[in-house]
Amino acid sequence: MDTIRRQLLKGAGATGALAAALAAGLLKPTQVLANEWNRAAFEAKESPAVLKALGAGSSSDSKDLLLKAPDIAENGAVVPVDVVSNIPNTISIAILVDKNPFPLSAAFDFASGAMPEMSVRLKLGQTSVVKAVAKTADGKYYTVQKEVKVTVGGCGG
Amino acid sequence: MADPMKIRAQMKGDVAEVRVLMAHAMETGQRKDNAGNLVPAHFIQQITVEVGGKLVIQGQTGTSVSRNPVFAFKVKGAKAGDKVVVNWVDNKGEKRTDEAAITA
Repeated sequence: MDTIRRQLLKGAGATGALAAALAAGLLKPTQVLANEWNRAAFEAKESPAVLKALGAGSSSDSKDLLLKAPDIAENGAVVPVDVVSNIPNTISIAILVDKNPFPLSAAFDFASGAMPEMSVRLKLGQTSVVKAVAKTADGKYYTVQKEVKVTVGGCGG
Repeated sequence: MADPMKIRAQMKGDVAEVRVLMAHAMETGQRKDNAGNLVPAHFIQQITVEVGGKLVIQGQTGTSVSRNPVFAFKVKGAKAGDKVVVNWVDNKGEKRTDEAAITA
């Protein structure tokens, strides 16, 4: 009886070590950067779930957060979106496209003199509301949104 | 190895404007090729920007960023001659680092 128990324990120990080694190996590419990719937020399929994963469960609208995007995008594959936050102590901005399969498009943290504004080009699969979420140093979240009409979708590439 | 990024960094008053063009397919994982097979997702996940040796921007991106992404940022407190270093890593672990100096 006792030998079987020993063997089981040994077996369990070996598998554990292997799993740890594998995990360490797999984690290597992301260790280059301090921040790990926020899988929960980027793989969420609905905007409310994204906001929750970002920690922005409760947020308020703000006129000091500016979102510039075209009213109508002829090509959904390349839609220029600019976000500027005039909210004091903005430390990060995230951009969401509500109707995309994975709404969260980009999330940027700003430090050491970087101004809280960014320009990106996004893909829109169809006409959708584009949302920007700004986070301040004291942990408050502010949002702004705008609908962009798409005549040709961006799913093709 | 992915193609080099194009980085343009220029002083506008006391603010440095940084524009970066990354050469990347940014496959969403939703698209089908001509044979009807899904093209696996392949996209940039993490971006960092350093100016003058300081980390100023740390970004994460998803599949809805367009092919050959262009990002623009503004950084205060930088000066002409400062080095801008941009780094990205994609979901397959491929990465690329490029640098440029801020012009006046």
